[in-house]
Amino acid sequence: MTNPGLRREVINIYKELLNLGKNYPQGYPYFQTHLHKSFASQTGLQDEKDIRKGIERAEYVKKEIEALYYLKRYRALRRRYGQA
Amino acid sequence: MPTPLKILVPVKRVIDYAVKPRVNKARTAVETAGVKHSMNPFDELSIEAAVRMRERKNPPVDDILALSAGPAKCVDVLRTAMAMGADRSIHVEIPDAGQGQAELEPLGVAKLLAKVVAEEGPNLVILGKQSIDDDSNQTGQMLAGLLGWGQATQASKIEFDDGDRVSVTREVDGGVETVRFPLPGIITTDLRLNEPRYASLPNIMKAKKKKLEKKTLSDYGVDEGRRLKTVRVEEPPPRKGGGKVEDVDGMIAKLKELGAI
Repeated sequence: MTNPGLRREVINIYKELLNLGKNYPQGYPYFQTHLHKSFASQTGLQDEKDIRKGIERAEYVKKEIEALYYLKRYRALRRRYGQA
Repeated sequence: MPTPLKILVPVKRVIDYAVKPRVNKARTAVETAGVKHSMNPFDELSIEAAVRMRERKNPPVDDILALSAGPAKCVDVLRTAMAMGADRSIHVEIPDAGQGQAELEPLGVAKLLAKVVAEEGPNLVILGKQSIDDDSNQTGQMLAGLLGWGQATQASKIEFDDGDRVSVTREVDGGVETVRFPLPGIITTDLRLNEPRYASLPNIMKAKKKKLEKKTLSDYGVDEGRRLKTVRVEEPPPRKGGGKVEDVDGMIAKLKELGAI
């Protein structure tokens, strides 16, 4: 990867995902190894377009994890406090 | 031109919703040492409500003040609140005497909040309807009583019309109810009001620079005298498993045995 701006973006999204993983249901170590593996599997990407696509996918995963946390909590609370 | 809002959002640090609480050995309280804590989920809803009001800009929001009263670790909760979008926060420190004995009662919290309101001058207070540890569901109501302000509890929708009136849709038994009151006022949030955002990493960093004031109860002249005494805390009895019956006759015999028919 030669574009430093793009490199920064990839590192940022990686850090954001790591931060999100702290509350992952299967535990942080599980999340961390899997995240590292999935980023490492993409190191071969050279084309800017491909890397952008990868970042987009990471953003999508981030949204999914946030939704997972929200729903998990919402459902737990709804079960506890009943249908108002 | 509508009056700009100054919002006060009190938040509580509670045992995380995902943790199964354990009763301590003395059976006087729930074990809190070494247990994961986080912001009360209903308070997250109220922070989110305040931040969304700011984003909507109508009426404009001047200030979002988060407040928490409790042991030193409440600062983490306030940082989260500021990472979600609160502007500044006040931490009223109550040294933890261990096992939640020093925790304020709803009336104490309401009195403290009344003093804070007098000092800081917010015109809207958004609280979680209850905390998931005590489940008292009293603080908002008591504060409204002490201040003589209008209140809308269990809000599932909040709207502003011109002329400084707030319409709040409340969740009540078997349906919804819409109430309207002029500012200043008090809103307590219910589960379906909004979807709280997850504090992003850059925002967590920015929150570290936001102002956090430290206060004590004596700064506000509130005495924390306890009126309630916890007599005993017990875990619910374990669930008994059901039994299977062979056929219809077996079922009828069983029902008769239980006195159902």
